[in-house]
Amino acid sequence: MSPKTLYDKIWDAHVAHEAEDGTSLLYIDRHLVHEVTSPQAFEGLRMAGRKVHAPEKTIAVPDHNVPTTLDRAKGIENEESRIQVEALDKNAKEFGVHYYPVDDVRQGIVHIVGPEQGWTLPGMTVVCGDSHTATHGAFGALAHGIGTSEVEHVLATQTLIQKKSKNMKVEITGKLKPGVTAKDITLAVIGETGTAGGTGYVIEYCGEAIRDLSMEGRMTVCNMAIEGGARAGLIAPDETTFEYVKGRPHAPKGAQWEAALNWWKTLYTDEGAHFDKVVTLKGEEIEPVVTWGTSPEDVLPITGVVPNPEDFSGGKVEAARRSIEYMGLTPGQKLTDIEIDTVFIGSCTNGRIEDLRAVADVVKGKKIKDGMRAMIVPGSGLVRAQAEEEGLAEIFEAAGFEWRLAGCSMCLAMNPDQLAPEERCAATSNRNFEGRQGYKGRTHLVSPAMAAAAALTGRLTDVRELI
Amino acid sequence: MEKFQKLQGIAAPMPLVNIDTDMIIPKVFLKSIQRTGFGKNLFDEMRYNRDGTEIEDFVLNKPQYRNAEILVAGDNFGCGSSREHAPWAIADFGIKCIVSTSFADIFFNNSFKNGILPIVLPQEQVDVLMADAEKGQNARMTVDLEAQEITTSDGEVIPFEVDAFKKHCLLNGLDDIGLTMEKADSIKSFEDKAAQERPWV
Repeated sequence: MSPKTLYDKIWDAHVAHEAEDGTSLLYIDRHLVHEVTSPQAFEGLRMAGRKVHAPEKTIAVPDHNVPTTLDRAKGIENEESRIQVEALDKNAKEFGVHYYPVDDVRQGIVHIVGPEQGWTLPGMTVVCGDSHTATHGAFGALAHGIGTSEVEHVLATQTLIQKKSKNMKVEITGKLKPGVTAKDITLAVIGETGTAGGTGYVIEYCGEAIRDLSMEGRMTVCNMAIEGGARAGLIAPDETTFEYVKGRPHAPKGAQWEAALNWWKTLYTDEGAHFDKVVTLKGEEIEPVVTWGTSPEDVLPITGVVPNPEDFSGGKVEAARRSIEYMGLTPGQKLTDIEIDTVFIGSCTNGRIEDLRAVADVVKGKKIKDGMRAMIVPGSGLVRAQAEEEGLAEIFEAAGFEWRLAGCSMCLAMNPDQLAPEERCAATSNRNFEGRQGYKGRTHLVSPAMAAAAALTGRLTDVRELI
Repeated sequence: MEKFQKLQGIAAPMPLVNIDTDMIIPKVFLKSIQRTGFGKNLFDEMRYNRDGTEIEDFVLNKPQYRNAEILVAGDNFGCGSSREHAPWAIADFGIKCIVSTSFADIFFNNSFKNGILPIVLPQEQVDVLMADAEKGQNARMTVDLEAQEITTSDGEVIPFEVDAFKKHCLLNGLDDIGLTMEKADSIKSFEDKAAQERPWV
């Protein structure tokens, strides 16, 4: 038998039907659902008189629209947002899927809730009407975002029409230096490959620096595979994975756990398996990075300067000129001279407990800069509870941060958490697109530690100077 | 789904690279629970001032491109989120075909589900079509899906590739779910086998 990649193995285990031209029906083990991309899909089922094929494999949670302020029990003010969340309440009930409503302590960002509850397991296929579904690849699960038509298709049939992608290996060798995190790895990779570099591929991240990451860190890396254009990101499961999964509410128990473990241990890329593309970065050469522009590929080490559009070629020259103008920057300006108005810590990229611990390490016993607006939005109600138990919340509040309830919040600003025009934000989220965090808002993507450093100094800061 | 067979129409040039889904339809418009009505907010922040007046030099506001049915765009069109509101807005505006050197994967798939044909061509050919689109409303391109050919206003013929299954669905306006349900037996036997092999799932 010819050697297989991890992607090949998961793919082969889930093909329910394959046509001659390779168009396949891929069986879906877990379907995660949120309020923004599902109402039209449920409506489609209703109109066609169809049921949800496997409600026991379907998990819904509202996250994009929910307010994260402490008074959210009083309801959602914005009418359209409220209608969307109410539609999910109603659909979850009517179609009988698992549901974590806004007032459930387990509510949170769908990509944080899935792993936390043990819904996401190695070797599974996971989809969600959200591009950051790639997150679940950290478990060695084939996970990717789908559109609403596909959400309806999965609801109705528990399968997805797919053609197999190509295999890409991204290897991060060696050890990371202090102050460098999973976020820096994933941004550095996009800086290297570009936002279209992964188009048509499923990426497997490997190498010592990846192995050394916790599950939280691995989720951060896989989360942004989509920003590099890849259909999914994967990391082979290992003891770190099994340790994380064991004992979670929906993880297998007893004899089933043993059976699952036996299979999970076969989920790795065989020696000599073929990759269509290989990218290698040296872990020790990665520095803390920031984005300067309006595409996640606009990445530079914090020690760098704002580039000149003429440094680029092709269509990127005009795009860089537009970005620099939009961001209100000057070519040649030192990145550490860029002053910040706001710090946002949270999102499916960096809203987990380890991210909050990293922030606490930097800000403990210190105060954020006067006039700084700084908020920390935990990824789930359970992350929030844990941070309170560990004393992190006290550190944040003493430093001057707002300590919020769980949701997507200012990552995409569908709820009231938004930037004003020209307000400049250091954010731990995943997209720095024009208008992403609010109309004309300016976003610099950074790691939690770097965001914490910026909150203290009021400018983009090399966190290595503070640790 | 509406069929796509042959289209003759005006092409609008958008050479900007990395046109993302937040540009195509900002999130403020994602709160609808309908599939229609997004066309007026297509490219909203590029197209309108804050007071709702049109930004004159935005391509789709120019008289010659207001009825464009084809977009010729820069690399990596549709990157970003999985929101199908992006192709819904594009279709609702009246655009049925997009040409670029590359598309983001999810957007690409979403387009086909909404009767939009995304066409990937090498840079040199996109350049030819971009130049043709720059000519404005007198330059009507023809996109023939059956023949897999684009014909410029000058009569230059550019062939393109398209996945056979996706082509079949577009040409006939087929609903994926109906097609998949015809394979219910395969799905059932997969489920039976998986329940034996991976009972914990």
